[in-house]
Amino acid sequence: MRALGIILAGGNNFRMKELSQKRAIAAMPIAGSYRAIDFSLSSMTNSHVQKVAVFTQFNARSLNAHLSSSKWWDFGRKQGGLFVFTPIMTNESSYWYRGTADAIYQNIDFLKNSHEPYVIIASGDGIYKMDFNKLLEYHIEKKADITVVCKDMDKDEDVERYGIIKMARDNRIEDFEEKPVVAKTNTVSCGIYVIRRRQLIELIEKCAEEDRYDFVRDILIRYKDLRRIYGYKLKDYWRNIATVDDYYRTNMDFLKPEVRNYFFKTYPDVYSKVDDLPPAKYNVGANIRNSLISSGCIINGTVEDSILFKKVFVGNNCYIKNSIILNDVYIGDNVHIENCIIESRCTINRDSYYKGENGIRVLTETGDRYGV
Amino acid sequence: MVKKEMIAMLLAGGQGSRLGVLTTKVAKPAVSFGGKYRIIDFPLSNCINSGVDTVGVLTQYQPLRLNTHIGIGIPWDLDRNIGGVTILPPFEKSVSSEWYTGTANAIYQNIEYMDSFNPDYVLILSGDHIYKMDYGVMLDFHKSMDATVTIAVMPVPYEEAGRFGIMITDEDKRITDFEEKPDHPRSNLASMGIYIFSWHVLRDALIAQSDQPNLDFGKHIIPYCHEKKERMYAYEFNSYWKDVGTLNSYWEANMELIDIIPDFNLYEEYWRIYTKSDTLPPQYISTDSVVERCIIGEGSDIAGKVYNSVIGCGVTIGKDTIIRDSIIMNETVIGEGCEIYKGIVAENVTIGDHVKLGFGDEVTNETDPHIYNHGIATVGERSVIPPGVSIGKNIVISGVTTAKDYPGGRLESGKTLIRGGDK
Repeated sequence: MRALGIILAGGNNFRMKELSQKRAIAAMPIAGSYRAIDFSLSSMTNSHVQKVAVFTQFNARSLNAHLSSSKWWDFGRKQGGLFVFTPIMTNESSYWYRGTADAIYQNIDFLKNSHEPYVIIASGDGIYKMDFNKLLEYHIEKKADITVVCKDMDKDEDVERYGIIKMARDNRIEDFEEKPVVAKTNTVSCGIYVIRRRQLIELIEKCAEEDRYDFVRDILIRYKDLRRIYGYKLKDYWRNIATVDDYYRTNMDFLKPEVRNYFFKTYPDVYSKVDDLPPAKYNVGANIRNSLISSGCIINGTVEDSILFKKVFVGNNCYIKNSIILNDVYIGDNVHIENCIIESRCTINRDSYYKGENGIRVLTETGDRYGV
Repeated sequence: MVKKEMIAMLLAGGQGSRLGVLTTKVAKPAVSFGGKYRIIDFPLSNCINSGVDTVGVLTQYQPLRLNTHIGIGIPWDLDRNIGGVTILPPFEKSVSSEWYTGTANAIYQNIEYMDSFNPDYVLILSGDHIYKMDYGVMLDFHKSMDATVTIAVMPVPYEEAGRFGIMITDEDKRITDFEEKPDHPRSNLASMGIYIFSWHVLRDALIAQSDQPNLDFGKHIIPYCHEKKERMYAYEFNSYWKDVGTLNSYWEANMELIDIIPDFNLYEEYWRIYTKSDTLPPQYISTDSVVERCIIGEGSDIAGKVYNSVIGCGVTIGKDTIIRDSIIMNETVIGEGCEIYKGIVAENVTIGDHVKLGFGDEVTNETDPHIYNHGIATVGERSVIPPGVSIGKNIVISGVTTAKDYPGGRLESGKTLIRGGDK
């Protein structure tokens, strides 16, 4: 592969509410057994990208723990490998990453010391599978300076929170608006870009000279008429996690057979850190309907239309519906949980009742685990 | 200089013929167990959890699955710069090339491997038992007794003692005598096939006895050490230990995992069991399904009703299918409207719709009654069973079968149906 990868995983979003208190979005658990960043990492490794840098900043402990070994994505190679870059203090700068472009600028030596002619920039919060070889071929064929991956969203989707793209006939980007008040099209940017390495260095350095820090605003939008910026439409599944609602819906998508088929049963696979947990166990009283259950779970109650992440314990006579229970949650007996997301490592005391009345309720209870 | 205090030699070359068709294509240590594991995961995990980071795995019979499973030992953290796991198949020599002719002969042929680590002690393990054991504690015992040979033993009921090698000890646990499968046992301490030898003692014994045909630990090395008046001690082990050598004991050991708090608990944080997982996704349990008293591996897709069963990874169970008291291994696909009772269905099997398996009278198996008994219906890996057939108890099916193999749509109890060809 003639490209190196950069995954921007530093960001945070206040619309993730309580869920962002614990971790960066890129480390959010997805679909029972994965973390959001696994999808970008797996697409990179499956496209034979050998060298990948992950830029992290906000609440990165959970993410760093997930990336503590590169072997799960097969990046433990002599050539290339997986690099995790957090902001560092130097003689010239003691700033945090002030934006996506600044994050790249602060690690510009990584780009300068590499030899790959192209760079693929992806985000850590996208849920998708993609062959970057095809993207790169397209980029070269179009003689583009930058290629932006984009996706036509459903008509009923609220697209105003994305970057909105308007393309000409030949797919050259005519208009790019970041989070407009009224969207002119329903084509959104997926936050995945290809660019020649030398050109990226040049643009980023120019940006830094002018005290500009944002890749989208200060490079894509500012240069859209000067440089050949093209769009590449992604036809398959793509979602990004920016709000609690997105997070809930994306997870619930995995209850649909076509989505499970696409991610779990169709080549190529998505990889993640292996946790060595025993198989899920169902005792007398377990009653499961239309749910995803991960390894290490022990279930004694009813679970309906829900997703249970790893190592969840569900007590006797519980009723769990339309909910997402994250890793290592303990739920005591006689608990009712409906329309909730339960934060990892929570303990729900017995006989409690939780229901999201208007939308999804995020729970971060820490009851008394062994006194129940 | 390379130096390891204790290294382990894991005997994994045996066929385990009493597991019947389960071991036609794989060695017994590579047979699936408990939903996502293989039998060899237990001794390998015990090794790394005990701090033994150098393990030689002796393979001979059908090693492919075992080799791909172990790889370079990543799942057990046995990928080491020095030591780690090494697969040791028999190899050609300039004179007298031979297969491994016995347990001790296999170890004898790898003296060079063991010498290269300069060990003080060598731990001999077999790859066909289910247990959790800290070999470090056993080594402490070995040292504290100033022993040169320590044999792990387990108290068994006297009526069963005749099936084992029995150790007779004095009050200090020193072994004074032993008997192999005695009719009238003088003790109930059964050898578990786990030995710690001081390396120089084992090395001398192997070389002195190397001309014995089918050189075996129980038959030759232990008697030789006894004769030489070596300090042999019995290390008593009192936790869960199960020999899964027969289909019935294999079935029982799997079923014991289903208990609310099983004797052998895989859910403890302490002493984890590691395995190579090929599948990561969660399992999907659909509407109208029932899962009760069972354990199910990753990535399985359950639309039917499953009671009292152990289901592997990536298994598909169709709508309205009922599975009871059964073991279904990885990647097997079972159609809709089937009924399976007390079956052991190996990996990658395809069962058509509306198949009944394990129903009827209990009739002794026609070809191998000592293997296929206790009413268990056994289906070998990569078998195909056509839709709509009804199959009895104590049967065995292996290979691609078609409707022609089932006269009147039936396979009576006690029948053996082995067909060539893979699907």
